[in-house]
Amino acid sequence: MALLEVKDLSIHFGGVKAVQNVSFSIDQGIVYSVIGPNGAGKTTLFNLITGVYKPTTGEIRLDGEAIHGKSPDQLAERGMARTFQNLQICMNMSAVENVMVGAHLRLDRNLFKAALRLPGLRRRDAELRAEATQLMHFVGLDAYVNERADAMPYGALKRLEIARALAMKPRIIFLDEPAAGLNPRETIEVDHLVRKVADSGITVVLVEHDMKMVMNLSDRILVLDYGKKLAEGSGAEVRNNPDVIAAYLGAHA
Amino acid sequence: MQKKLNIGLLIVIFILLAVPFVVPNSFYLDLAIRMAINAMIVLGLNLLIGFAGQISLGHAGFLGIGAYASAVLPTHFGWHPLLAMLGGCVITGILAALVARPIFKLKGHYLAMATLGLGIIINITLRNEAQWTGGPDGMPVPPMSLFGTEIYSDKTWYWIVAALLVIAVWASQNLIDSPFGRALRALHGSEVASQVVGVNVVRYKVSIFVLSAVFASLMGSITAHYIGFVSPNFADFFHSIELVTMVVVGGMASVFGSLVGAVLLTALPQALTSFEGWETVVFGAILMGFMIFLPKGIVPTLAAKFGKGE
Amino acid sequence: MLAEFLQFLFSGLTVGATYALAALGFTLIYNASNVINFAQGEFIMLGGMLSVFFTMAGLPMPVALALAILVPAIVGVIVEKLAIEPVKGAETVTLIIITIGASLVIRGLIQVWLGKGTFALPAFSGEEPIQILGATLMPQSLWVFGVTAVVVAVLWYFFNRTLSGKAMLATSFNRLAAELVGINTSWVLFMSFAMSAALGALGGILIAPITMTSYDVGIMLGLKGFVAAVVGGLGNGLGAVIGGLLVGILEAMGAGYISSAYKDAIPFVLILFILFFMPRGLFGGKSTDRV
Repeated sequence: MALLEVKDLSIHFGGVKAVQNVSFSIDQGIVYSVIGPNGAGKTTLFNLITGVYKPTTGEIRLDGEAIHGKSPDQLAERGMARTFQNLQICMNMSAVENVMVGAHLRLDRNLFKAALRLPGLRRRDAELRAEATQLMHFVGLDAYVNERADAMPYGALKRLEIARALAMKPRIIFLDEPAAGLNPRETIEVDHLVRKVADSGITVVLVEHDMKMVMNLSDRILVLDYGKKLAEGSGAEVRNNPDVIAAYLGAHA
Repeated sequence: MQKKLNIGLLIVIFILLAVPFVVPNSFYLDLAIRMAINAMIVLGLNLLIGFAGQISLGHAGFLGIGAYASAVLPTHFGWHPLLAMLGGCVITGILAALVARPIFKLKGHYLAMATLGLGIIINITLRNEAQWTGGPDGMPVPPMSLFGTEIYSDKTWYWIVAALLVIAVWASQNLIDSPFGRALRALHGSEVASQVVGVNVVRYKVSIFVLSAVFASLMGSITAHYIGFVSPNFADFFHSIELVTMVVVGGMASVFGSLVGAVLLTALPQALTSFEGWETVVFGAILMGFMIFLPKGIVPTLAAKFGKGE
Repeated sequence: MLAEFLQFLFSGLTVGATYALAALGFTLIYNASNVINFAQGEFIMLGGMLSVFFTMAGLPMPVALALAILVPAIVGVIVEKLAIEPVKGAETVTLIIITIGASLVIRGLIQVWLGKGTFALPAFSGEEPIQILGATLMPQSLWVFGVTAVVVAVLWYFFNRTLSGKAMLATSFNRLAAELVGINTSWVLFMSFAMSAALGALGGILIAPITMTSYDVGIMLGLKGFVAAVVGGLGNGLGAVIGGLLVGILEAMGAGYISSAYKDAIPFVLILFILFFMPRGLFGGKSTDRV
């Protein structure tokens, strides 16, 4: 059975139909990419699935459970993680703390125990810090562990978001343009990182403009245009689809 | 990290121990007590404003509820002062929790408006229910009694308040560096990012609002017993603003900034009495000056200057 | 019954017009700079106090009133230049404290200069009440309604039909874009402070013969103007006018029918109630965060 199923999903902002009747499903353990020209509705689709927006109509199912209309924190409890196209890093915190926040749901969040500095809580927190440091190593940010987030370069922050998402120990992770704004060398590093994430067993859903990276990583690709599904299939299928070629060249048939 | 000596807290303890021996007279001891009480209110408020990034322009209202609970419940109903104090906290907690859910769907200036309105409604109520509260003139508060003895001496009050302050500083530090505190700071940094990692944003805002309100209520009770008198000015709009100003002048999201802000702004009106008639003008000008030249607050500005965080 | 209702309505509309002018002042500054100017109430106070002072000093009424608008406008500009422009982009609380600091300075100066007394301005055209269906209407209320209506019309014309007005409006939608098309946004900031101070002062002058004035009337009037601006939805000019009138009417009705002691609480109960159900006021629209 598919891990994530999307059926007839639509959202309207006033008169604008940002996503229209989109359906697809994603199998466990694959890398699934969503591509399309600017304004095709890719980020909106992410926002719908991760609960940031509520769909106007349609269904989303995770492991068979209907999840449309649930809030982002409820979806986080069900193992859904994401990163953002426009960085959403907590600049008021250190890098490692940003990663630790990712483990929020796995911790005892009791206010009174925290205020009293109970030893059990402290020990868990120390373990978590070690785990977060480990994750920063995994994404290649060893140099920044104790850095303040607002002192880090853009490329490092992109990867910090991935580390934070991984700290949730998610089943499925949505990466919204992880290579946007990066130089070619950094792009290759992120490409390798996404591969490593997928190899660790996490289902990856990717929005990305770098076609080399998309073709290199994806098991399946969904093409959106003007909020509608244009095509879906393997890299080769999508690349040879005449509608897709037309959309990307701007000549609408 | 966890082995690091808590130097800040040790300095606070040292200063608190030294104060009674260096103050020249009871006037300054009284000032120190009021500084310490304000410092505790500001610590709570800073968790809300500085760390969680949510404004409240009505916190004096909660202070007023605590103060009046300690005045009204023992006077009219014969409650023990400690029980009345607890009663004030419960009333405040329930009220804050009830309004917090709808209020914290609001952002920015709308949130400022709602909290301001709440504070003013509380203030007007205290002013008008004269049969219970003494109206605009206020009412006397029976003395606090602990273990069968009534507390009058400033020295005793000082040690009580100083001990509470040490606990409050320690607990705030713990809270900030905990999963709860990280979630608070995260929702300040990026609300949507904290949501997608599982932080129930509204619940956290409500918790910290209720916590800081109850804390203000408790301090209101203590102030009432210490002074022996309450008036609606406790819950005044301007008092709310003073408290917020203490947070910002000392430094948002800074534990020691809260202490510095409270100490300075409690002392300021005393220092200004020599300006005879010009106090308001000078006070306003000083507020503006602080905000224009030290918008980040004293402690964070100094910390940045000397190249280390807290 | 009807007479009583009309009586409350008249007094509500009269004071509501003042709130509306104050709310317009909040709106102008908010649109130009995203600042809520907590000193707005002091401009109302300045209008009232200065008109009293200038008439008592023997100036002819029209000159006195003109000065009582001009001086607050200059004060508004000084506040903007000295305290708002240097801290562009500061946090909301910082800006709130700055404007409160400014209000304390203004209030304190008037207290030092003119004392703590309460003053009344003579009504513009006599005290002979007009009888309408058993209710009485003071001629001054007609002045309030008339002038407010004219001001609203002029503002509407300014923002919709003149280039300067459109430039100010454009800045409120998108400052950067406005700068790119050559709008001088620092001039917009200057104008909005001058205009909102003048509007506040005008409201203060119009109401001074009815409610009396003193150095400290600005606090409550300003806060209620803020309520009115939020009722309508921050940034919405028409919303501010409707909000002002609504707050005034409900306050008068509440004071008349429910409890006059809680008169001052009514606007705040109203705003909490509205915000609970409409988090951006009556006409504030919906916001969607982009992520």
